[in-house]
This record gives sequence, C-alpha cells and structure tokens, in this order.
Amino acid sequence: MDWLTTVDHKKIGILYLIAGGFFFLVGGLEALLIRIQLWKPLNDFVSADTYNELITMHGTTMIFLAAMPMLFALMNAVVPLQIGARDVAFPFVNALGFWTFFFGAVLLNVSWFTSTGAPAAGWTAYAPLSGPAFSTGHGMDYYVLGLQIAGIGTLIGGINFLVTIINMRAPGMTFMRMPMFTWASFITSALILFAFPALAVGLAALMFDRVFDANFFDPNNGGNAVLWEHIFWIFGHPEVYILILPAFGVISEVISTFSRKRLFGYSSMVFATILIGFLGFMVWAHHMFTTGLGPVANALFSIATMLIAVPTGIKIFNWIFTMWGGSIKFTSANLYAVGFIPTFVMGGVTGVMLAAAPADFQYHDTYFVVAHFHYVIVGGLILGIFSGLHYWWPKMFGRILNETLGKWTFWMFYIGFHLTFFIQHFLGLLGMPRRIWTYLDGLGFNEMNLISTIGAIMMGIGTIMFILNVVITNAKPQNAADDPWEDGRTLEWTIPSPPPEYNFKQTPLVRGYDAYWKEKMDGHKGMTPAEPIGSIHMPSPSILPFTMSLGLFITGFGLMYSRDWTFITEHIGFYIAGLGLLITFGSMFLRSVYDDHGFHIEPEELEDKGVKA
Amino acid sequence: MMNRWQFLKRLTPLLALMVLVLSACGRADLSALNPQGPVAQEQFGLMKLAFSIMIGVVVVVFALCLFVIVRFRRRRGDKSIPKQVEGSHKLEIIWTVIPIILLIILGVPTVQSVFNLSKDHSNDPDAVKVIVTSHQYWWEFEYPELGIKTAQELVIPKGKIITIEAKTADVLHSFWVPSLAGKIDTNPGGNANRMYFSAPKEGVYLGKCAELCGPSHGLMDFKVKSVDDASFDRWAAALQKPVAMPSDPVVAAAFESKCLVCHAVGDKGGPLYPNLTGIGSRDSVGGILINTDDPKYSNEGSTYDNLHRWIENPDDIKPGNLMGKIDLTQQELDGIAKYLSELTLDNEK
Repeated sequence: MDWLTTVDHKKIGILYLIAGGFFFLVGGLEALLIRIQLWKPLNDFVSADTYNELITMHGTTMIFLAAMPMLFALMNAVVPLQIGARDVAFPFVNALGFWTFFFGAVLLNVSWFTSTGAPAAGWTAYAPLSGPAFSTGHGMDYYVLGLQIAGIGTLIGGINFLVTIINMRAPGMTFMRMPMFTWASFITSALILFAFPALAVGLAALMFDRVFDANFFDPNNGGNAVLWEHIFWIFGHPEVYILILPAFGVISEVISTFSRKRLFGYSSMVFATILIGFLGFMVWAHHMFTTGLGPVANALFSIATMLIAVPTGIKIFNWIFTMWGGSIKFTSANLYAVGFIPTFVMGGVTGVMLAAAPADFQYHDTYFVVAHFHYVIVGGLILGIFSGLHYWWPKMFGRILNETLGKWTFWMFYIGFHLTFFIQHFLGLLGMPRRIWTYLDGLGFNEMNLISTIGAIMMGIGTIMFILNVVITNAKPQNAADDPWEDGRTLEWTIPSPPPEYNFKQTPLVRGYDAYWKEKMDGHKGMTPAEPIGSIHMPSPSILPFTMSLGLFITGFGLMYSRDWTFITEHIGFYIAGLGLLITFGSMFLRSVYDDHGFHIEPEELEDKGVKA
Repeated sequence: MMNRWQFLKRLTPLLALMVLVLSACGRADLSALNPQGPVAQEQFGLMKLAFSIMIGVVVVVFALCLFVIVRFRRRRGDKSIPKQVEGSHKLEIIWTVIPIILLIILGVPTVQSVFNLSKDHSNDPDAVKVIVTSHQYWWEFEYPELGIKTAQELVIPKGKIITIEAKTADVLHSFWVPSLAGKIDTNPGGNANRMYFSAPKEGVYLGKCAELCGPSHGLMDFKVKSVDDASFDRWAAALQKPVAMPSDPVVAAAFESKCLVCHAVGDKGGPLYPNLTGIGSRDSVGGILINTDDPKYSNEGSTYDNLHRWIENPDDIKPGNLMGKIDLTQQELDGIAKYLSELTLDNEK
C-alpha cells in the first residue's frame, strides 16, 4: 500500500526501475524469439503474423516501456539529489506520471492475450497499414490507446523535471554549476515537452480513424498517409535524443568520477547538449528519404543530419580527454561507460553514412539500419543505463552491486551485443531488408544470421546475470557508505545511502562546479549548510494518482470494444469508457476540493530518527 | 600533429584494402556492394567515400581510447589526485573544425548525387516507361507505351534507361533492386514517385519490398530481367498474342470459371490480380518459389511442382495473401498447374 500511495521521488524512481526492468525483460524475450525465428532460412518457429506482432511489440516495448522508464528511474533517483532539492517540484504529479505510464504499458501488453493479438504494423505504425482497413483486429487499438495513456505520464514527468531543475536548485547552484546528468535531464525534459504533444496528436488522429471512422490517414477519403510519417517522426527523431541525452549525462558523471578528474570542457559539453537537442528537431525527414519528398528536401535534411555529428564528436573527445591524465579505476560502472564510447562512435558514424540520402536509398529499411540504431540505442542507451545503475545503486538501495559478477555481466553482454549487431551492417548491405519474417536459402544470409542469434542469446545470458546480481546484492546488509566510490564529486554523495525521505537535513550551499569535490579539496568533511536546521515540510502520500490512471485504463478498454460489446445494450463500450473517465475526473475533483497541507518533520525528529528513511 | 598524419598515411593501404574487399562482397544480383548499373554504382561510390571517412574516424577514436585506458589506468594503492583540467579551447576548436571539414567532404558529393539521381527521364523518348504498382504481396508492371501488363518479373532492354512511376494499390511498399538502384516508396493516394535506373549487362536481378506491408512483407520478392533489345521486342510482342485455353475441357472450364475471374491470360480474364501470361517462362512462382529442375532448397522445385504447391494452398506460401484456397478437384488442380507450367512465351531466339 505504501508503494501505491507514495509521492517520494526516490520511491517513484524505484517503481520506475522495477516496471521498466520488467518490460525490458519482456522486450528482450520478444527479441530472442525474433532471433530464434531468423537463425536459419525458411524457419517457421513463429507464424508470419506472430512475427510482425513480435517486432512491433519489441520496438514499442523497448522504447516506451523499458528505456524511457529506466531513464526516468535514474532521473527520479538522482536529479533532485544532484541539485540539492528535497523532492521534485510536484510530487503528486510525479506519482501520477508513473501510474499513467504503468497502466498504459499494461494496457498495451494485454493485447497479447486477446483473440486478435498484439499490434502488428511495426512500432512506427505507418498508415494505411495501421488503419482500420488493413489492421482489422484490436491490436492497433491497444497500441494507440496504450501509448496515448503512457505518453501522458512521460509528458507530465518531463514538465515536472523542467520545473524542478529551474526552480529547486540549492543556493549557489547556478546553471553552469549543474552536474552534467542534471543538464542532460533538463534538455531531455525540454525535448519531451515539445516532442510528445506531436505523438499525442498523431495517436489521437489515428484513434479517431480507428474508433470513430475518421479519415486523417486514409487517402481514399481525402486523408494522407504520408502525413502520419511526418507526425510520427517529428516526435520520433527527438525521441532518439530524449533517450540518448540522459545516457550521455550518466557517462559524463561516471567517467569523471572514476578518472578522479573534472569533466573536460564542461561548458562545451553543455553547449553541445543544447545543440544536439535543438538539431534533433530539425532532421525528422531523414527517416523519409525514400518517401519521395524531392531532391531539395532530401539535400537539406541530409546536411542538417550530418551536422549533428559535430556536437556529438565534441562530447566524445571531451570524454576521452576527461580520462586523459586521470587515474582511471575500472569498476563495473566505469567498464560500461568506457565501453560505451567506441560503441557509440560506431553507431554515430553509421548515422552520418545514413544521412547521405542517395546512399540511404540503399540502406533504408535494411539490416544496416537495424544495426545502426541498435548500436545507438543498445550500445549507447542501454550501456549508459547499466553504467548508471551500477554507479547509483548504492545511493538508491544502500548496497553495492557485486563487482566481480558485474564485470562478468559486462563482458557477456558487451561481446554478445557486438556479435549480434556488427554483422547486421553487412547483412543489410548484402540485400536483407528489415522486418522480414523469413529469408530464402542460398542468398548468403545464413551464417551471419546464425552468428547474430548466438550474440543475442549471450546478451540474454548477460541480462540474467545482472538480475542474479541484483538478487544476491539484495540479500546483503544495507551498509553502503555515503560516498561509496570515494571519489564522488556531486551533491548526492554528501548524504546517506539510501537518503532519508527529506534528502537534505539542511539545504547545502554550493560554492562551485562539482560542489562536493570542491569541499573535499578544500579540506572540508561535508557541505556548508545554507540554512539552519528547521522543520521540513513534506507532501502527504495519496492514492489518487493510482485511481486517476486506473480510470484512464478502463476508458481505453471501453473505447476499443465500443463496437463489439453489445451484451446488455449497444455500444456498451462507450458506457465503460464513460465510467473510466468518471473515476479519473472524480479523483481530480477530490484532489481539488480536499485541501491537503502535507506534514512537517520537526528538528527533534530529524535527530532521533537517524538517517534511514 | 606530425605523428597524426603519419598515422593516417599508414592507414591508407588498410582503407584501400577494406574498400577492395567490400566491393567484391555479396551476390552480384542482390548486393548493394556489388553494383551492376550506373545508379547503384553512383550510390556505391558515395558509400565508399563515407566508409573511408568513417573508418578513419573510428580508427582514430579507437586508438585514442585504447591509449588512454592503457596509459592512465589507476595503479594499485594510488591515492594521488590528478590535475583538474577545465578544458582546452585549442583542442576543442580542433575537434569541432575537423568534423566540419569531413562533413563538407561528404556533404558536397551527397548533394550533387541527390539532384543527379532525382532527374526525371519520363519525357525522354529513348527511355522505357514502366508503371510499377505494388500490391499485398505482388508487383504489377505496366508498360504504358507498349500497352502491356505483367507481374512479378520486370523485363527490361539492357542498357536503356528505365523510368519508373511507383504507385500502390493498398498500403505502403517500397520498390528496391539493390544491385541496380536504391529504393523508392510506393505511396497511396495521388502522388506517384519516380526513379530511374539501367542495367548495362544481361541478367536477372533480385528485387524486394522494403516497407513493412503485412504478414508476407518479407516474401514480396520480384525479379528484374535484363535482355537484349531484340529479345525484349519479341517478349513484348509475344505478351500481346492471344493464348489457347487448356485442351482438356474439364480443366478449361475450371480454369475459366475459377481462375480467370481474377487473373488474365492473353486477352481473356480479369485485370485485378497478377497477369499469368507467360508464367511458365518466369524464374519463380510468387517471387519466392524458384523454378529449377535441380532443386536444392525447400523453396525450389520444377515449374509444375511450384505452381501445384501454390494453387493447392497459397496461404502456406504467402500468409495473408488475397487469393485464398480455391476449391478444385485433384484433376483440375493437376491440369491447371500443368497448363500454366506450359504457358511459356515464344520469345527465345
């Protein structure tokens, strides 16, 4: 019950981690099934329909239900601590964000258990294949409504972090003293603010097409199928940077800590992050070079896309030069971070290659593209998340993950990853299109696909080893030091692990970049407080975020089956949808009329309660 | 700085070798790395340029990385604090400017090539016009100037520029012949996309659908057959001749009442689904059952066997296709498969 009503950012971070981790396993299982199907030519391990459901759900799950929640887990766990805040700006909204994501995710995955199956039109859901004429079951309805509900959570989460970072920094923490991870979270949140409404609009339009017979994307009735591509990628390209920027942030923190050096070229890192965020919005049409937009558009989007290589290059070299002259310690967290650099460079260079439009006519929708974006998303983002998890695990849970097992996990996962995806570049160039259910024998694809499948199995074993590590670590006592890596540079390492629910007994005074490091170098034991010890105001827990999201879940269900269910009266689905909305709006009403002032933790309590939350 | 350039110099042979190896990669009728026509050649040229630049970048970064992690690893018990360096304007400017230069080297030919490959040859009197219409899950090829329509096999005269007008009858597909040219999407609605290519050498080139279009997306293969001018003319003429019906009246009746509702042969039948004229001379049935008298794989067989397999249960071969199982007696099935396998075009020399 405690977990259903919590509004504490640290606990919500853990909720995000558990839910995101679970869906990471689901997405990984889907990936393994895909690879098993492709391990030999003309295989019929799964049917063509099931295969398309698997690829659609693998993409959707990994992006929306695994990667983003795990990033939100890290952001929730770390950002308020790094800026010296007691919580996020809107704790209630934070909880609401988690629960809408959770119920949206559950709704999407319920589709597996329905008679018409999961969505099968690809994670990009290109119209008209995703429209009512060609996706006749309810699969795409689950996609549309599940993502719409989950998207609400992401959007309000992003807004929450924007406000938190702008408003709740400790005294002295100017923007140019913010840790890199906080900067990355800030830019990511800004991208979410601008990109997710586009997705919401697209999904709403598709929902109208599917549920209410509208014709936004149906060319036979005056709609336009290419319109969906534009809307989707105006969201979809920034989404790539929404995913990767926080990983950049993690890498900056980890490399700097374990090199015992401040980040090389901090201000150019900040500038590069902002520039990447900005350019990320300008390049959506590079996903559409073969759509036939004409040479002028293709040339412009080619050049704009290539430009992103410049700020990304700045970041890569800054990381390398952070290590240069440092004293590098290879913990598991740092192994992931160091392993990230060459991997991401490879994903980056193939990105520039894809940006050359005429060559993209050959790469587009082949395994070359599959290889490219897995290098960026798995080799970039997932390595970043693993790095961040190992790094902040003691802060989140008070226990250090087993280092030996951590290193074994890294090597298993890392080698498996390269085995899986490096070879796919060549599969694509040799003529293997992506999203194909099977391939003919004798085309020269067999051996490479087999190697790829073996690699995928190794990645699966690596993931299981990580879970094992978590289980083993969880059985140990909670005895991590405040600053377990001994070289902590930022504010989160000044408070106990795990932090008490109010984070900072006294808000710290920040005197420079890498605030804690600066104090340590000046010979101080901890931060100078910016305020006297006083009573701390805390928000009350609430079940309302849960019920609001539950209402939306019921609404989604009702809408989908509005046509089919007629057992009591016609359009019973609409009544169920109405009931769901009633629950949601009822909860909102309660929230509005019931004045909850929260509670206070008094100074005496701060002393005798000790530190653990 | 001197060192860096020497390093690059040493790298050049390696790069050249890589490019050489790459250029001999894959099946000549399928691989983008083994181009067989000028359009694919131009695209491959751009790919080689990009490859070379990118391999250079990767090697430099990897070398730096490797040096740093070996040279600066922490020795056991080392408690020293390294110098806290803020950054270096000089270095940061260098690694901003060098990528920009590399991008200019890649960007200029990219833009040139974009405009070059988007030339419209549709009014060129020497070019052969083809209207490509994609369907779930087959390809229709119409030659408007010759007044002929065929399916699954795009026959072209070698060396001539082929100008494609790409459309779809249902969802998005993408027309792709890797060894001859890149791909172009077929969009629903009014906007037809155009591309052009040519095949200087005779031969059969494999084509694929590259845009997810339903369960049998991966099975939507087709062939491009490049032949000499005379042979092409004979083929086009043969396609227009009337075709005799099956000699066995039972089979003929079944064929007319059950097949010709949708399909056409010669001047008979409906235009909705693949035109069957000359199906006996095609290289494959349905694009994926390869016709050969020496079958090695499970998707290969004689023309008769393949046709038989297809007609017996099309859903087995291409799940989700619109033909469905046709109600035929064994005699009708055998007869129609035999008739179709002998329905060849008299266009050989």
